[in-house]
Amino acid sequence: MINFGYKRNESATLDLDVDNSELYKKLLKEEPSAATCISCGTCASTCSTGQFTDFNLRKIMLLCKRGDTQSLEPIINRCMLCGKCQFACPKGLNTRHIVLILNKHLHAGKIS
Amino acid sequence: MKSIAIIGAGIAGIEAASRLSKQGHKVYLIEKNPEIGGHVAQWDRLFPSQEEAEIVLNDLIKNLNNRAEVLFNSEVQHCGKKDRQFEIILTGNKNLLVDVILVTTGFDTFRAQRKEEYGYGIYENVITSTDLEQMFKKHNVVCKNGNPPKRLAFVHCVGSRDEKVGNRHCSKVCCATAVKQACEIKELYPDCEVFNLYMDLRMFDRHFEDMYHEAQSKYYVNFIRGRLSEAGENKDHQVVLKTEDTLAGKPLKLTVDLLVLMTGMEACDTQKTLNTKLGLRSDTDGFLSTKDVFTQNNFSNTDGVFFAGTCTGPKTIPETLADARAAASLVNAYLMS
Repeated sequence: MINFGYKRNESATLDLDVDNSELYKKLLKEEPSAATCISCGTCASTCSTGQFTDFNLRKIMLLCKRGDTQSLEPIINRCMLCGKCQFACPKGLNTRHIVLILNKHLHAGKIS
Repeated sequence: MKSIAIIGAGIAGIEAASRLSKQGHKVYLIEKNPEIGGHVAQWDRLFPSQEEAEIVLNDLIKNLNNRAEVLFNSEVQHCGKKDRQFEIILTGNKNLLVDVILVTTGFDTFRAQRKEEYGYGIYENVITSTDLEQMFKKHNVVCKNGNPPKRLAFVHCVGSRDEKVGNRHCSKVCCATAVKQACEIKELYPDCEVFNLYMDLRMFDRHFEDMYHEAQSKYYVNFIRGRLSEAGENKDHQVVLKTEDTLAGKPLKLTVDLLVLMTGMEACDTQKTLNTKLGLRSDTDGFLSTKDVFTQNNFSNTDGVFFAGTCTGPKTIPETLADARAAASLVNAYLMS
């Protein structure tokens, strides 16, 4: 087939009509405080890893909530679990536990 | 005996009337509708305590204790200064001569039809926050087909913070109302998925942040930051929403069974007609312009004409009542001097 150079992009839309809430439901069950995130971004601004990579806990939690779990898989294990975000979080979320839970389910226990 | 005409028998008018009549003045409470209570009479429960609106309203009416003369179905036809007093002619040619006029005309709810892209009056499953309160009152929160909604979304800031419809102002109470109604829906239908589409959540007053926290932690309400661009209808008469999840930086699509538009407050038409008659001025937002924003918020620029309640801008119920009491005390001082 002749390659005309055209390609089809994947839709960038978050489609909430597709139920992809399994991971978020697991997270809420194991760490209920995850529900009370107000997306303030304090965690992301204090994050050491975030200074050098695109690891952003605020965004990770949001995308998990929206069911966009695919994009989380390659970045979730970048967290070094230093816990600075947990000190900074104004809502007192157990952020390290949240990262560990997401890691557990996305990477089946492998924390690299 | 000094006399006062209070124009508008919403909660501000009722509260001011009961204070002023208690102080021994003759009070005429003028109401264009056949009932008193204004917008609060349309409401089921109130944020943040979920107290029934009817109980609050009945308490206010009980305080009034029939001391004021309530004139129902009455609108101000003519109004003007006559010596040191005001002459008011009402519908039905009733004539009043009073020493003070207290304007408590309140607000008009934004007509959601004006936001045509949201489909109110076009799609059968698009309702307003006022419609939802009526449904709560009748214990019948259902879609047009009679089924309970499995998915429901609230759109904040409908007719507020929207220069396209001529309203730059924030209506103040809709955020708290949306969160309250979201929790009530979850209370009623725990399995219903609820979404709140907001621009900012303005949880400014006491206990509001607690409501927001409870909406998240107890009811798992989904908060999406993004203004609805457009609503459509699918063949099952569900409402299809398109917005941007501005926190994720991605477009978002969502189909719901029922869409609730949080309609805001606008300056009321009755007040606008009073402006010319009494020499009052509207501010840039349409609400009445006060003598001073900080120190003379209940004073107009016309001697003997005072303001209370939401005619001078959006207010919560406690704020409205406090404003009415302040106005009553100032009117009393004015009459005594």
